[in-house]
Amino acid sequence: MATYKDYMLFDKLPHTWCAGCGDGIILQSIAAVFAEMELDKHDITLVSGIGCFGRVDDYLDINCMHVTHGRALAAATGVALGNPELNVLVTMGDGDGTTIGGNHLIHCARRNIDLTAIIANNYNYGQTGGQYSGTTPTDSITSTSPYGHIEQNFDICKLAEAAGASYVARSTAYNPVQMRKLIRGGMEHKGFALIEVMVACPTHYGRYNRQGEAADMMKLMNEQSVPVEKARTMTEEELEGRIVTGLLVDKDREDYYTKYKKIIDAQNMDK
Amino acid sequence: MSKSVKKFIEGNNAIVDGAIAAGARFYAGYPISPSSEIAEGAAKELPRHGGVYIQMEDEISSMAALLGASLAGKKSFTATSGPGFSLMQENLGLGIMSEIPTVIFDVQRSGPSTGAATKPAQADIMQARYGVHGDHSIIALSPSSVQDCYDLSIVAFNLAEKYRTPVLFMTDEVIGHLRETVTEVEPDPSQIFNRVQPGEDVTQAEFRPYSFSSNMPAPMPAVGGRLLMRTTGSTHDEKGEFGPGPANIDRVTHYLTDKIEKNVDDITITRSYQLEDAEVAFITFGCSVRSTMTAVDILRAKGVKAGMLQLVTIWPMPEKAIRAVLSKVETVVVPEMNLGQLAGEVRKFNDYGCKVIQANRTDGVLITPKQILDRLEEK
Amino acid sequence: MSKEIKISVSEKRCKQCGICAALCPKHVLDQEVGCVPVAARLEDCIGCRLCEMRCPDFAIEVEVK
Repeated sequence: MATYKDYMLFDKLPHTWCAGCGDGIILQSIAAVFAEMELDKHDITLVSGIGCFGRVDDYLDINCMHVTHGRALAAATGVALGNPELNVLVTMGDGDGTTIGGNHLIHCARRNIDLTAIIANNYNYGQTGGQYSGTTPTDSITSTSPYGHIEQNFDICKLAEAAGASYVARSTAYNPVQMRKLIRGGMEHKGFALIEVMVACPTHYGRYNRQGEAADMMKLMNEQSVPVEKARTMTEEELEGRIVTGLLVDKDREDYYTKYKKIIDAQNMDK
Repeated sequence: MSKSVKKFIEGNNAIVDGAIAAGARFYAGYPISPSSEIAEGAAKELPRHGGVYIQMEDEISSMAALLGASLAGKKSFTATSGPGFSLMQENLGLGIMSEIPTVIFDVQRSGPSTGAATKPAQADIMQARYGVHGDHSIIALSPSSVQDCYDLSIVAFNLAEKYRTPVLFMTDEVIGHLRETVTEVEPDPSQIFNRVQPGEDVTQAEFRPYSFSSNMPAPMPAVGGRLLMRTTGSTHDEKGEFGPGPANIDRVTHYLTDKIEKNVDDITITRSYQLEDAEVAFITFGCSVRSTMTAVDILRAKGVKAGMLQLVTIWPMPEKAIRAVLSKVETVVVPEMNLGQLAGEVRKFNDYGCKVIQANRTDGVLITPKQILDRLEEK
Repeated sequence: MSKEIKISVSEKRCKQCGICAALCPKHVLDQEVGCVPVAARLEDCIGCRLCEMRCPDFAIEVEVK
């Protein structure tokens, strides 16, 4: 039986990420889901952007396209439409996927491009030294919000849902079992699937905000977690500062290429 | 016998026909004047040939999608103008570094910024060459007729595929919206260059997505095939893996320039008009060619031995052809719809004491033969 | 305990972040500063593999026979 190692460039380890960074936990989950699904690695294409989590491609033994900061979903749109048979996976951080790349995120969700996007949300730009991103919580300290962050942060999943994403889920690095289930669900979903995974950045965000070590940060994210079923019974005030986890949206909606293919079939003159 | 049809169409329409004839089957773009007819044509024609048109949220994402589709095995293209061309520079650099072929049609307009959005200019020449940060080289073609728009589109895709690089097609509003008769000859398969594929016996262990040892790129399989493919915009080694060592950075930088500059004779196309016995020569490109040819005819009628060198390829600069003119004539006039972007390049090669005169027009109106001749007479 | 369980830790890959030991539901692992974790109370291990799945560095392997 295949294991996650079969989909990895295992001899590239130890990887580039800091001690306690959750990105490696997601990487293992991704490779484990490939193994669970017994995917042919030739049929998988990973598109990754720039940032800590954009480095996932360095360790995976599949087709990889490493692109510019924020543009992974746009490049992946081309890959997915260029060969609709591929399993297209996109890995981004919160800066990459929702801040510089936020426009591509909402349009990719709206179009329902058939791909799976995994966003590792560590609340800051880890790779460049812990500056604030579009998901940095209000009032928290980062290297560029030394007096407290005054902006309202994005809720990535709500953003994707509002944009029309047909599959939206959230998990945490604390809960790799749930994470794998949700990533697999996203891979099996036809259409745009987004899985947000909360990860600790103990090097920057955790240090600036005195959240302790990686394990303390993971305990905190677990304490903040509320299963979506329970969250539906809670008020907005009660959900303040909580992380709603689980499968948030799962809708049947025809993906972009399936619709476009009907146009091709109706108009094609080459046949 | 190849199939051919005669049409009376705009340059922008002929580009779509040329792209499809070259085998392009993917378009991602964002509408912008004066290029939008290309998007509209692609939206109509591509599905009729099994291809895909997608209108992206901006030119940044358009450029990224082109590279993704190309990596998935589809020849891809887009069309844009000034502001959009600026937005494309980021991922144009990605295409250059990752060595992913695609073709960008820039229908040049007056700028900077919004400028006079619907008026022609030829002022993106330096942006075409140096708009992307970091050392690199680029291939750029420039048409002067609707026929060129068809024929050179095919050439552009062939060059992109052969050299595994984005190719720029620097047309302009005049040629884009010019209507004239074009004969569209369906290319024979032997006239279409498709990216080189690895040999059937190449194993994954042997396969390298990149090669820096010669001035030609490595074979490029599509993702989803027999071999795992890896591309990146980071400086990489032959395996496509991150390679930030000083020696590797230097090697990749030289290679990306050399693969174009050292193949300049294969890449560049020029045309001569009455140059053989010329004493006064014009060096020009794009829409300015039309007015310049008339200027040459007027001078010839007056008994002046005038001629013209047309740069069909503007990057890499056809240095040999330009030097041949500079070394032979006493005066060279460079007509162009900018403030001297090509003239500066011509002067770089002027080791012959030739008088180089600029004839520039930048008011958003096509340069006239009279203006070109006036500049000659002023000197 | 009926299962035979083996927990191995790769010294090469472990970055000593402390996640595995701190979050093990049965407190099987101990980790001292400057050392890789050790399975100090292997007899308490239930083979849930959370330490392996939560290890960001691919340093832990749990074998359950």
